Amino acid sequence: MNFTFLSKYWTYYLIGAKNTILLALLAVVIGVLIGMLLAIGRVGKNRALKFLATAYVEFIRGTPLLVQLFIIYYGLQAIGIRFPDSPIASRILGINFADFMAGVITMGINSGAYVCEIFRAGIQSIDKGQTEAARSLGLSQTRTLVYVVIPQAIRNVLPALGNEFVVVIKESSIVSIIGIADLMYKANTVRGNTFQPFEPLLVAALVYFLLTFPLSKLLARIEKRMREND
Amino acid sequence: MTDAMTPSPARAKGEEIIRVCGLKKNFGKLAVLKGIDERVSTGEVLVVIGPSGSGKSTFLRCLNLLEMPTAGKIFFDGFEITDKKGWKRGSLDAHRRDMGMVFQHFNLFPHMTVLENIILAPMKVKGVPRAEAERLARELLDRVGLTEKTDAHPAQLSGGQKQRIAIVRALAMKPKVMLFDEPTSALDPEMVGEVLSVMRDLARDGMTMAVVTHEMRFAREVASRVLFMDEGVILESGTPVEVFGNPKNARTKEFLAKVT
Repeated sequence: MNFTFLSKYWTYYLIGAKNTILLALLAVVIGVLIGMLLAIGRVGKNRALKFLATAYVEFIRGTPLLVQLFIIYYGLQAIGIRFPDSPIASRILGINFADFMAGVITMGINSGAYVCEIFRAGIQSIDKGQTEAARSLGLSQTRTLVYVVIPQAIRNVLPALGNEFVVVIKESSIVSIIGIADLMYKANTVRGNTFQPFEPLLVAALVYFLLTFPLSKLLARIEKRMREND
Repeated sequence: MTDAMTPSPARAKGEEIIRVCGLKKNFGKLAVLKGIDERVSTGEVLVVIGPSGSGKSTFLRCLNLLEMPTAGKIFFDGFEITDKKGWKRGSLDAHRRDMGMVFQHFNLFPHMTVLENIILAPMKVKGVPRAEAERLARELLDRVGLTEKTDAHPAQLSGGQKQRIAIVRALAMKPKVMLFDEPTSALDPEMVGEVLSVMRDLARDGMTMAVVTHEMRFAREVASRVLFMDEGVILESGTPVEVFGNPKNARTKEFLAKVT
């Protein structure tokens, strides 16, 4: 095994890791927003919203992420939708901002379906008595959700939500296929430049692990502290 | 009597406030309520007794539509609350805020302090300014002797304290009627007294109350009327003296012999 390429190419991994983190962060924010709205739709009484939310979740969970990525990346261009390009953002990222956004939005849309299921389970785990007490005081269904159910549900789902962030970091490696210079893409570049097919991948795996492992540890600690507070 | 505990003077004492006509409730194929007709007047303390599974809790929960009746009508304060046409305009929530409810398992909001539990509904539902809501909350807490728990979380309270807070939370909406669904059944025996004493004060102050309970002494001493329910129907109704002293129905006799 020969890792001497690292002295020349280590910055590639740094830039790749930075872009991976940025992409995952943005995707999780979008995913949480979508997921929360979908979850409210799924537990609510409005049948049309319930159907739409359920259809969304089932479709996203039932199709490969790679297909979704291509649909967003090529499909939207084909029907004339193009993410706005931002030269400043492109310079910071070292890649085309519009491409980057295609990756972020795909990951966000995909993650939203899973986050929805996390929130739904969280909302449904709250004792029915809480809703009954709130409704008996005259709070509407929406206010009951906003002031009573969701604040308790969020506490319950924080660990699962953190885990989703870990999953997004790992799954985001797929965006390398459309040329977004994330960690995986950079590792492939190193492989091509050095004619070493194997070792650069080992380094990439290690960097992914260094991103996700501390995060899992941090989540475990937060979870433990939350249990102590109960 | 403080201002906070005074029930709304909109209706004179003895006037009808709740009327139930032909109330039926099925859970799937199981008929839990088989046709209930009943009236409650302002100032009345109605105590519902009966064996487990007799439908008494379901009856109470139908009064504020936590359970939707399968058939029948319920009138509250002159309005038919079972009329679905008004619900879209929020009439259901409007009726509920005039009907306080206390649950067997307290159902305090665990992520809020005692004070926040109490002021949530007055502020969010009635738009009462925070200062005024807090003033009323503190006054009520003082009434039930829990001033020092104002900033505590529900997890730090005993069962009896939780239930007294739950009563205060309902009272903070200044309801016209208070419903109690087995308020002492989940309590350790030594805490039953403190909750019943709050309810007794409330009754003395003229609050209209409907209470489902297994506390026969409370029924005997505080009720203005006792209902005996079994298998989804009201079998006997009368003053405590009538029902406890001289029960007419054979099943009432049997039940009272077992519990007293």
